[in-house]
Amino acid sequence: MTLLALTGGPLWYASRAGGTLTLILLTATVALGIASGGRAVPRGVGRFEIGLLHRNLSLLTLVFLAVHVVTAVLDPFVHLGWAVAVVPFGASYRPLWLGLGTAALDLLLAVLVTSALRRRLGVRRWKAVHWLAYAAWPLALFHSAGTGTDTRLPLQLWLYAGCLGAVVAAVWWRLAKAGPGRVPGRLVAAVAATAVPVVLGAFLATGPLQPGWAQRAAATTVLLGGGR
Amino acid sequence: MSRPRTLRIDRITCTGQGLCAELLPELIALDEWGYPVLKDRTVPDRLRTHARRAVAACPRLALHSDRGRP
Repeated sequence: MTLLALTGGPLWYASRAGGTLTLILLTATVALGIASGGRAVPRGVGRFEIGLLHRNLSLLTLVFLAVHVVTAVLDPFVHLGWAVAVVPFGASYRPLWLGLGTAALDLLLAVLVTSALRRRLGVRRWKAVHWLAYAAWPLALFHSAGTGTDTRLPLQLWLYAGCLGAVVAAVWWRLAKAGPGRVPGRLVAAVAATAVPVVLGAFLATGPLQPGWAQRAAATTVLLGGGR
Repeated sequence: MSRPRTLRIDRITCTGQGLCAELLPELIALDEWGYPVLKDRTVPDRLRTHARRAVAACPRLALHSDRGRP
């Protein structure tokens, strides 16, 4: 069994659990969206059911994301302000890695608002913003790996691997089922589906899994010239 | 009841995903390539909720429900 780090109060636990659940739900939403976007017809289940599941999972993602953010801000251990929830890269705690999560939240909020208003916006503008969800998912994944205090736990690493595998499998499945045309888009998808696991693996091996990550994560933003 | 509603398909935008026919088979059939064919454009009152769901479900926003008679 895995030994959990039993430090911190209930808010800290709620924030970690909320963040992990958000990652799982976001992964499920993104994988469903990728897999159902093509022309392939599912067997035994209606397309509208997959569409509704995609929508409901996305809303559930935002509920747990709200829990994750609110508990993280209220938790006295890391001293975050409310601005951190929406303004990326300004946090006092692991600024760069927390900022990735904030950026993902901003993107998901844009996706939420445009989806609610999609009838007024029209399909082109709605879809243009909806594709930001593809950027939000890797941001959330790197935020989890870089900020998460549970990243070193084997179970958590298996979870990241499962999330990564689900989305990469969905991309390859969609590419395998896709018809001709749209070659640039499919190339970008294939390259991204190959690059994200490689970069995440390299990042985990050189960053969070090495000793002294807490100090380096706190200082990363200085190296990049950002932060306060 | 309120004013009648009329279904309209944007043929340019529609890609034949087929969700509308799953949700509203009373009014929408699919042709052999999976594109929707309207059996009846006027939405009866008893199907109004189902029509609204079908309009909301279209991933291409190609199904419209307009006010008034055809």
